Amino acid sequence: MASEAEGGSPFNIHPMDQFVIKPLFGDGDITWYTPTNVTLWMGITVLIIIALLVFGTRGRAIVPSRSQSIAEVIYSFLYSMLVDITGKEGVKYFPYIFTLFIFIVVANIVGLLPGAFTTTSHIAVTATMAMAVFLTVTILGFVKNGMAFLGIFWIGSAPLILRPILAIIEIISYFVRPVSHSIRLAGNMMAGHAVIKVFAGFAGALGIGAVAPIIAIMAVYGLEMLVVVIQAYVFTILTCVYLKDALHPAH
Amino acid sequence: MASETTHAAEAAEHYVGMPQLNPDWFSNQIFWLVVTLVVIFFVLSKVALPRIAAVLAERHGAIQGDLDKAEEMKAKAIAAEEAYNAALAKARAEAGVIVAEAKAEIQKELDIAIALADAEIAAKAAESDVEIQKIRDGALAAIKDVANDTTAEIVKAIMPGADDAKAVKAAVAARLKG
Repeated sequence: MASEAEGGSPFNIHPMDQFVIKPLFGDGDITWYTPTNVTLWMGITVLIIIALLVFGTRGRAIVPSRSQSIAEVIYSFLYSMLVDITGKEGVKYFPYIFTLFIFIVVANIVGLLPGAFTTTSHIAVTATMAMAVFLTVTILGFVKNGMAFLGIFWIGSAPLILRPILAIIEIISYFVRPVSHSIRLAGNMMAGHAVIKVFAGFAGALGIGAVAPIIAIMAVYGLEMLVVVIQAYVFTILTCVYLKDALHPAH
Repeated sequence: MASETTHAAEAAEHYVGMPQLNPDWFSNQIFWLVVTLVVIFFVLSKVALPRIAAVLAERHGAIQGDLDKAEEMKAKAIAAEEAYNAALAKARAEAGVIVAEAKAEIQKELDIAIALADAEIAAKAAESDVEIQKIRDGALAAIKDVANDTTAEIVKAIMPGADDAKAVKAAVAARLKG
C-alpha cells in the first residue's frame, strides 16, 4: 500500500514475501518457541496426516474405503521401495522413512493451497532433515560395520591407481550429500511458489485482461503438483539409498 | 531523511532478500520441525503403521485362505468327478454282466424251444411221410385198378370174349413194372 501511494510501478511484485515468518499472535520477536506461521502450517500438516493415516484407516476394512486405500497405497509403495533398496535389514527403519516421506509430501501439497505458507521451502527445515539423515546414516554405518564402513570410499572394483583419486571424490560427494539433499527440496519448493507469485503479480497488474498470466499460473500449478510429489519421493528414495550404504557398505 | 524512512517502512513490509537465509528464524523453524516430526513419528509407529500392516496382513491372509479353500473345493470336485466316473464304469460293467446273463438265459430257453420245435417238426414230418407214403401207395393201387379196368374194358371193346381177367392183370403188371 505504501509503495502504491508512493506512486511506484504497477509491477510491484514481492514474490519472496510469502516465505516470511511471522508470529501468530502479536508482533513480538521470534524466539525459538514462538508460535509462528511455521507452527500453524506444520500443525495443519500433522492434522492431515492423522486424518489420512489414523482416521482414514479406522474401519480396518478388508475391502478398503477410499482414504484407507490411499493410506495402504502409500504404505505398500514405501515398503516395497525400502525393501528393494536396502533389503530386509532396512525394514526396521520403515517408520523413519515413512515419517520423512509423509511429512514432506503433505507439507508440500498443503503449501500449494492459495495463501498457504510452505514449510518445506525453507532451507532450515530441509537442512535439518538432511542433516538428521546424514548423521543417522554415518553413525549407523560405523556402529553396524565399524571401520569397515570406510570401505564405501575405497572402490575395490576400480584399478589400484585410480582408487585414491576415487576415494577423494567419494569423500567429497559423501559430505556434499546433505547439502544437495536439502537444497534440492527447498529450492524446488521456493522456485515454484515464487514463479506462481510472480505470475499472480502480473495478473494483478493487468487487471481484467489477465488471461495469459492466469493460464500460466494454472500450467505452473499443475507442474508444481507433480514437482511437489516427485521431490518428496526423491528425498525419500535418496534417504533409502544412503541407508543402504550404512547397512551394506561393500560396493 | 524522508526517503530513508519510507525505505525503512517498505523494508518492514516487504522482505528484502531471501527469507530462507535469515538466521534469526532458524531456531524457531527447527524447533517446530522437530516437534512435528516427533509427533508424526509417534502417531505413525504407535497407531497408523501397525494398523495398516495388520489390515494388509489380514487381507493377504483372507485372500490366501479363500484361494486355499477354492483349491480344496476344486480337489473335492475332481474327486467327486472321479468317483462318479468310477461308479459309472462299475454300473456299465454290471449292466454288461446282466445283459450277458440275460442273453445266455434267453439263449438256453431258445435252444430248448428250438429243440422241442425241431422234435415236433421231425415228428410231424415223419407222420406226414407216412401219410404221403400211404397216399402214394393208395394212388399206385388205384392206378393199377384203373389200368386193369381200363385195359379190360379196352380189350373187351376190341376183342369181345377174349377178356381174360387174369391175363389182363398179368399184362398190366408186366407193363407197369417196365
